[in-house]
Amino acid sequence: MDTLYSIMETVLPFPWIQYDFMKNALLAIVIITPLFGILGTMIVNNKMAFFSDALGHSALTGVSIGAILGIVDTNLTLLVFGILFALLLNKIKRRKTVSTDTVISVFSSLSMAIGLVILSRGGNFSKYSGLLVGDILSISIQEIGTLVIIFIITLIFWFFGFNKLHAAGVNESLARSKKINCNFMEDCFSVIIAVIVMFSIKWVGILIINALLILPAAASRNFASNMREYHLFSIIISLFSGITGLIISYFVGTATGPTIVIIAAFLFFITLFFRSILNHKG
Amino acid sequence: MKENRIKKRKIITSHIQPDTACGLHCIQIKDISVRDGAQTIIENINLHIHCGKITVIIGKNGAGKSTLIKAILGEIKHEGSIEINDLRNQTLMNLKIGYVPQYINMEKNTPMSVYDLFAGYISNSPIFFRKNPKVYHTIKEQLRVFEAQDLVDKRACDLSGGELQRVLLSIAITPVPNLLLLDEPVSGIDKNGMELFYENIGKLKSNFDLAMIIVSHDFEFVKKYADHVILMNKRIIKEGNPTEVLNSDEFKEIFGERVYPK
Repeated sequence: MDTLYSIMETVLPFPWIQYDFMKNALLAIVIITPLFGILGTMIVNNKMAFFSDALGHSALTGVSIGAILGIVDTNLTLLVFGILFALLLNKIKRRKTVSTDTVISVFSSLSMAIGLVILSRGGNFSKYSGLLVGDILSISIQEIGTLVIIFIITLIFWFFGFNKLHAAGVNESLARSKKINCNFMEDCFSVIIAVIVMFSIKWVGILIINALLILPAAASRNFASNMREYHLFSIIISLFSGITGLIISYFVGTATGPTIVIIAAFLFFITLFFRSILNHKG
Repeated sequence: MKENRIKKRKIITSHIQPDTACGLHCIQIKDISVRDGAQTIIENINLHIHCGKITVIIGKNGAGKSTLIKAILGEIKHEGSIEINDLRNQTLMNLKIGYVPQYINMEKNTPMSVYDLFAGYISNSPIFFRKNPKVYHTIKEQLRVFEAQDLVDKRACDLSGGELQRVLLSIAITPVPNLLLLDEPVSGIDKNGMELFYENIGKLKSNFDLAMIIVSHDFEFVKKYADHVILMNKRIIKEGNPTEVLNSDEFKEIFGERVYPK
């Protein structure tokens, strides 16, 4: 680990890199933002933005369950709850008795309310308010290790499952006629989103995690013309806003997550602006 | 090297080389019923289809045409069975179904090229990573069947309704299925596009070894191309050749006299 640190210090000769928490935060951002960029492409394509938002909100219940059970490390309860919540949402969605938006909204508000009720009993919610905004500077080196593992698993899934997932998203009946198991692919993808959202919620924050998932992909769509460009631009935009956001927040003294979101949103509007100019010309 | 390349091309073209219909496969759809709770959506549908034949399903909105297609695709729960027999040696085969959807999920600026759309269904080579030259070649060859090979690098959302239809047709026959299902294929296509589409259906019928079930509202098309017509209203109320069905009392009762005067 020390060698990695010293490499970072030589490659990046800036005063802020001296602090270990900045090194950790930078490492975390370099792993987490491309991951968000990749997942975002499919979330936007398959119109799952509301779904990932609901998952983020449900984190409150995950934490509160941990608090009730007296578990110190709430990561585990968060993760288990997140996965169950995602699978439950998929199951209810498939019964098609109520519209998807409504179902997700109901479950999102319910799980948030349950979390708030439990965590605020005795009037000490302030202890948990950090969850809302998150703090990337608090990430430890072990947690970065776990992030790397999640990153690798996601990449493997993406290489083997992306085509099927994409096919199912474009037209389910057509995918079925090609013997693609749509529900299984959708469940796998939901579980991966759940794991990543739940695991990174402490550093990114419930209120803004969805913005980080959606914005890079949404900006990339403004000028990409195929899947390869879509992914490439999304990763670059995500990484760029992550790193500049971290540095700016260090100098200005603001929370890192929201700073990153503002930069990503700024990039979205710039790309949107250029697209509309190009469209008018063409 | 050159020889090698020629060899490779031969292999690829030979596997898409159309077989003409042999007429020796028959698909039996037996007693298909779909229920939603206590409500019956379709009931006791029996169809007997031979390869090389076009069966057209007609009926009013809500008659259960799309439901039948979905049941055959195995997308919704249904009673009854679907079998394919080889009449040469009386064995059951594995039924391969092709499907041409009415629409696809796509917005104005969806970054998906025709290659991406196509390869997603027929290949496992990750489309976000690189354009696989082998897959690219196969797709171009398959698109050539419907003269759509030049569309391969275009964005799918920039295509006209007719162009998209031809791409979807190519996807449906890669690999060649035993049974091709088309759900109201002419919606959103202009007059020229429609004629081209019918020509393509005719081409499929004469060049490929497959049976087709088409849901249609276009009675001109029915008269010209259908081998067998099914008039549906939850169950089959009339079937036969186009003249029989289009002039039947049952047809007039549902669509009225003025739609298709004698």
